[in-house]
Amino acid sequence: MTEMISFEKVSKRFGATVVLDEFSFTLKRGDKVAIIGPSGSGKSTLLRIMMALEGIDSGKVSLNGETLWHASGGKNLIAPSRKHLRHMRTHVGMVFQNFNLFPNLTALANVATAPHLVLGLPRKEAEARARRLLEQVGLGDKLSNYPAALSGGQQQRVAIARAMALEPKIMLFDEATSALDPERVGEVLEVMRALAHERDLTIVVVTHQIGVARAIADRICFMENGKILEQGVPAAILDRPQNDRTRAFLRAVHPG
Amino acid sequence: MSLDFSLSFAAQIAPTLARGAGVAFVAAIGGFLVALVAGGLLAAMQRSTVRGLSITGRWLMELLRSTPLLIQVYFLFFVLPDWGIVLNPVMTGVVALGLYHGAYVAEAYRAVLDNLPAGQWDAADSLRFSRYQSYRYLMFPQLVLPLTPALGNTFITMLKDTPILAAVSVPELMFAANDVGAQSFRYVEPITLAALAYLFMSGVAALVVLLLRNWIKGRYQ
Repeated sequence: MTEMISFEKVSKRFGATVVLDEFSFTLKRGDKVAIIGPSGSGKSTLLRIMMALEGIDSGKVSLNGETLWHASGGKNLIAPSRKHLRHMRTHVGMVFQNFNLFPNLTALANVATAPHLVLGLPRKEAEARARRLLEQVGLGDKLSNYPAALSGGQQQRVAIARAMALEPKIMLFDEATSALDPERVGEVLEVMRALAHERDLTIVVVTHQIGVARAIADRICFMENGKILEQGVPAAILDRPQNDRTRAFLRAVHPG
Repeated sequence: MSLDFSLSFAAQIAPTLARGAGVAFVAAIGGFLVALVAGGLLAAMQRSTVRGLSITGRWLMELLRSTPLLIQVYFLFFVLPDWGIVLNPVMTGVVALGLYHGAYVAEAYRAVLDNLPAGQWDAADSLRFSRYQSYRYLMFPQLVLPLTPALGNTFITMLKDTPILAAVSVPELMFAANDVGAQSFRYVEPITLAALAYLFMSGVAALVVLLLRNWIKGRYQ
C-alpha cells in the first residue's frame, strides 16, 4: 500500500554496543510519529539510517517502496553505491540537533543552494523558493543574515526551510529543539506543528521532550536498548503507559 | 669597542639592498603560491582512497619534511639538469621553497579539514550535494579563516628561508648584504639594514593576515 518507511529485523552495532536489535517498524504516508526514550536507546541512529547517513548490519530498510539498505545475516552485506544513496535521499529531509547550517552562506543561500546546485533550478527560481520558505518560517526579514548573526531558534527555522526546499516526502527531526534555550523552543515547535498539518508529509520526530512529542505526533513509540517497548496514540503512551520502563522514563523526564 | 653606524653609507647601499629585498619578496610570494597548490595536491593524494596515491603522498611529504631545504635547493639546481630539467636560480628558489613548505601546508589543510564538525558533512550529504559540490561551495570557504594563521606563518618562514637561495646565486637580500660587506669591509650597515628589511616585510605580512582575518570574520557576522 502506501508504506513510506519500513524496517524489517534491522540490527546495528557500534563495536560491542547493540544500537538496534532486530528492529521492525512501519510508517504509512502522512504518519506523524514521535520516538521517545532515554539517550543511547538508538533513536538518533534510527533517523541516521533513514537519512542514509549510517548503514546497517542486518535486516532490510525500505523507503517509499524502494530498498535503501539490505543486508542478510551480517555476512552478505550489500554496500549500496553512493549514487543509490543520493537517489534514496530524495525522499528524505533531516533537521539536526545542532542545526548544522553552513556558516559561510546567508540564510537565503543556505536554503537556495541545494535547489540550485542539486535540483538544477535556475538561481532566480531557487532563491524565490528559498524566500517563500523563509517567509513561511517567519524569517522573511533575515534573508541576508549569516548563521552567526541568528539565534538558535532562528537557525533551526532556517534549517527546516533548507530541508523542505528539496520537497521531501519524509521529514526527520533529530532532537530539533533540544539545543535551544527554553524560551526559543516555542517558535521552532510552531513551525514543526505547521508542517504536521501537511497531510501527505510523513514526519518522524526523535525527542526526549514530551511536550514536543505530544504537539506533533499521532503515534508515539517508546524505545529502549534498540527496541520499541511500547507504542500507541499519545494519550495512551503519555498518560496511561503500560510498560514499567515507559513509566520510569516519563517519571524521570516529567517529575511530579 | 664602539659601533659606528654611518647613516650616509647606509643611504648609499639602501637601493642595492632594496633590490635584494624585492627579489626575496618575489621568491617568497612565488614559493607561497607553489606551496598552496603543492600542499593541496599532497593533501588530496594523502586523502585519496587509491592506496598507491595515498602511500606515495605520505612518502613525498615525509621526504620533503625530513631533508634540509638546502639539499633540496641543490638537488633542483645541480641534479635535475642531468635529467634535462634546467631551472634558472630564481625559479629554482621558487620551486624549492614551494615544495618544501608545501609539505607543511598540506598538514595545515589536513588539520582544518579534520576539524570541520561532522555535522557539516551530515547536512551536505542529507541535502544531496555531490562530493565536489560539498568541497567547492560548502567546506573550502569555511577553511579559509582557520587556515590564515598557519598560512601567514608559512609565508613569514619562507621569507626568512630565502637567504638559503644565495647558495645557488639568487641575488636576494642576504646575498646583496654579504656582497656589500665583502666589497666595503663594512658589515654593520648592510646586516642591520637587511635585518630591518626582513622585519618590515614580516610585519607587513602579519598585518595583511590580521586584516584578512578581520575582514572574513566581519563578513560572516
